Amino acid sequence: MKEKKRSLWYYLKRDKFIYLLMLPGLLWYIIFCYLPMFGIVIAFEDYKPFFGIEGIFTAEWVGFKHFIKFFRSAYCFRLIKNTLLLSVYSLIWSFPLSIMLALFINELRGRRFKKVVQTVSYLPHFLSAVIICGIIRTLTSVDGGLINGIILALGGESIHFLGQPEWFRTIYTVSEVWQSIGWESIVFIAAMTGIDKELYEAAMVDGAGVFRRMWSITLPGIMPVITIMLILRVGSILNLGYEKVLLLYSPQIYSTADIISTYVYREGVLNQNYSFAAAVNLFTSVISMIMVLATNKITKKLGQGGIW
Amino acid sequence: MKKKLSGEKVFHIFDIIVMCIFMALIIIPIFTVLMTSFVSEAEIARRGTFILIPEEFDFSAYQMLFAGGKNIIRAYGNTLFRTIIGTFLNLLITISLAYGLSRKEVKGRMFLTGFVFFTMLFSGGMIPSFILVKGMGLIDSRWSMVLPCLVNTWNLLIMRNFFYGIPKSLEEAAVIDGANDMQILGRIVLPLSKASIATIGLFYAVGHWNAWFDSMLYINQTALLPMQNILRNIITAASSVGDLGAEAYNSLDVVPPSQSIRAATIVVTTLPILAVYPFIQKYFVKGVMVGSVKG
Repeated sequence: MKEKKRSLWYYLKRDKFIYLLMLPGLLWYIIFCYLPMFGIVIAFEDYKPFFGIEGIFTAEWVGFKHFIKFFRSAYCFRLIKNTLLLSVYSLIWSFPLSIMLALFINELRGRRFKKVVQTVSYLPHFLSAVIICGIIRTLTSVDGGLINGIILALGGESIHFLGQPEWFRTIYTVSEVWQSIGWESIVFIAAMTGIDKELYEAAMVDGAGVFRRMWSITLPGIMPVITIMLILRVGSILNLGYEKVLLLYSPQIYSTADIISTYVYREGVLNQNYSFAAAVNLFTSVISMIMVLATNKITKKLGQGGIW
Repeated sequence: MKKKLSGEKVFHIFDIIVMCIFMALIIIPIFTVLMTSFVSEAEIARRGTFILIPEEFDFSAYQMLFAGGKNIIRAYGNTLFRTIIGTFLNLLITISLAYGLSRKEVKGRMFLTGFVFFTMLFSGGMIPSFILVKGMGLIDSRWSMVLPCLVNTWNLLIMRNFFYGIPKSLEEAAVIDGANDMQILGRIVLPLSKASIATIGLFYAVGHWNAWFDSMLYINQTALLPMQNILRNIITAASSVGDLGAEAYNSLDVVPPSQSIRAATIVVTTLPILAVYPFIQKYFVKGVMVGSVKG
């Protein structure tokens, strides 16, 4: 039975309630997502802050001027390096640690205790970036911070952690691990509960110890999930959140702390070089879109079906 | 046989110890901040700045935040406004759109899903959005904290997956009984999705409660700033007096040490989240699991 071809108008009329329901949401997408997407043309113009929205159409076209200016600037290399390093350090610490945490939680026997550990482990995920940075500032403070207190008690000299460029990456990575490993372990724990219990029983009969079972059953069992998560994380490596950096950095540590998105914020919003900042932003958006698309292709090739 | 069993036992004790250390590492930083908020200037003068647990608990930092400062209470009001009104509107628009996208017979569904999905891959970025919000005259308006983040595409797609999960047979039965689209949504779909709506609502609510960047961009008047921004201004020392108000400082004879004020502000901002967290965390975990199912 083939459906008769009907005009779009017929369907619009038939499902008018549903289309009406979707309308506000779709309008929102057009106004708040797609208009700014077209607004990105200012990256190729000399747009001035007082131009208003209509200035986007009338501003002078300058082509790739702002891109070239960015690539030639001394900041370009430093920003990309800082962004990548913060991202990579967070990944190589938090990713294996979240798998290890999942393994340890999975082996816990008491149900109640397991629940408590899990609840505590997610907690930092729900604290805002402002609160996390407030905690970091309190802990690393020179007057009365816990870390400097310990250093002094051990006979060392107190360190102004947030004022020294060589400490920023460590502080950032540690806080990132602290905040995210519990939440990231959820996926792995869920994958572990899906592993056939009989495999473990058979291994026990064969005399496999705890570590042997982790290594030969649990880890291979969650390997597909590990692969997907890792590829996903690598794909979004340029999309480093700016919130924490913005709250922690200061001009004296820009050399290690300044990342692309915080630079865009300073150049665009604070210095009002709208066109230049939009160009820098567009450059990273395009690269990160390509990376996400590529990683999705790779997961599909690996037979994991991709994310979409 | 005997030896292996004790090996298992040793591991389980080791496991419990490691997990206890892990929990301590999560809790100690939060605990330290709480303790710092009770430290008084007198105690610092006596014992030095590093005080893990104060000998006497001094509440003057909290007194300062609440006594003279109408500002903190007002900031709380601003946070509540954006959380309640914002989450309500978020849910209204997200549910409507997600429901439409979940209906298989709707023409153009695939195109519209792609239209929505593309925004996750590419966005105009900070600057064009800033120009847009400014151009719409939303600077220094409460709506600048609600409208630009009305729909979160990730939440929208999770919601759509929830709706997919509702058995089609229920809807078909209702159609045979003569129900129209609106009745199907109101009488069947929504009642069946209560838990999912709660989950998405909580995601949105926590997002609003924790948000500070948009209010920093779009709000210049201190009177409209939410709690997170007040805290930010105190911790980054951009303004310590300004946001609390001079009357807060004048309300006490002895001003508490600056680290206590900072710590007390963190505690006041965190407490509501900590208070509701144990009850709502299971919904979040559920949301993550459903979100990982692709659709």
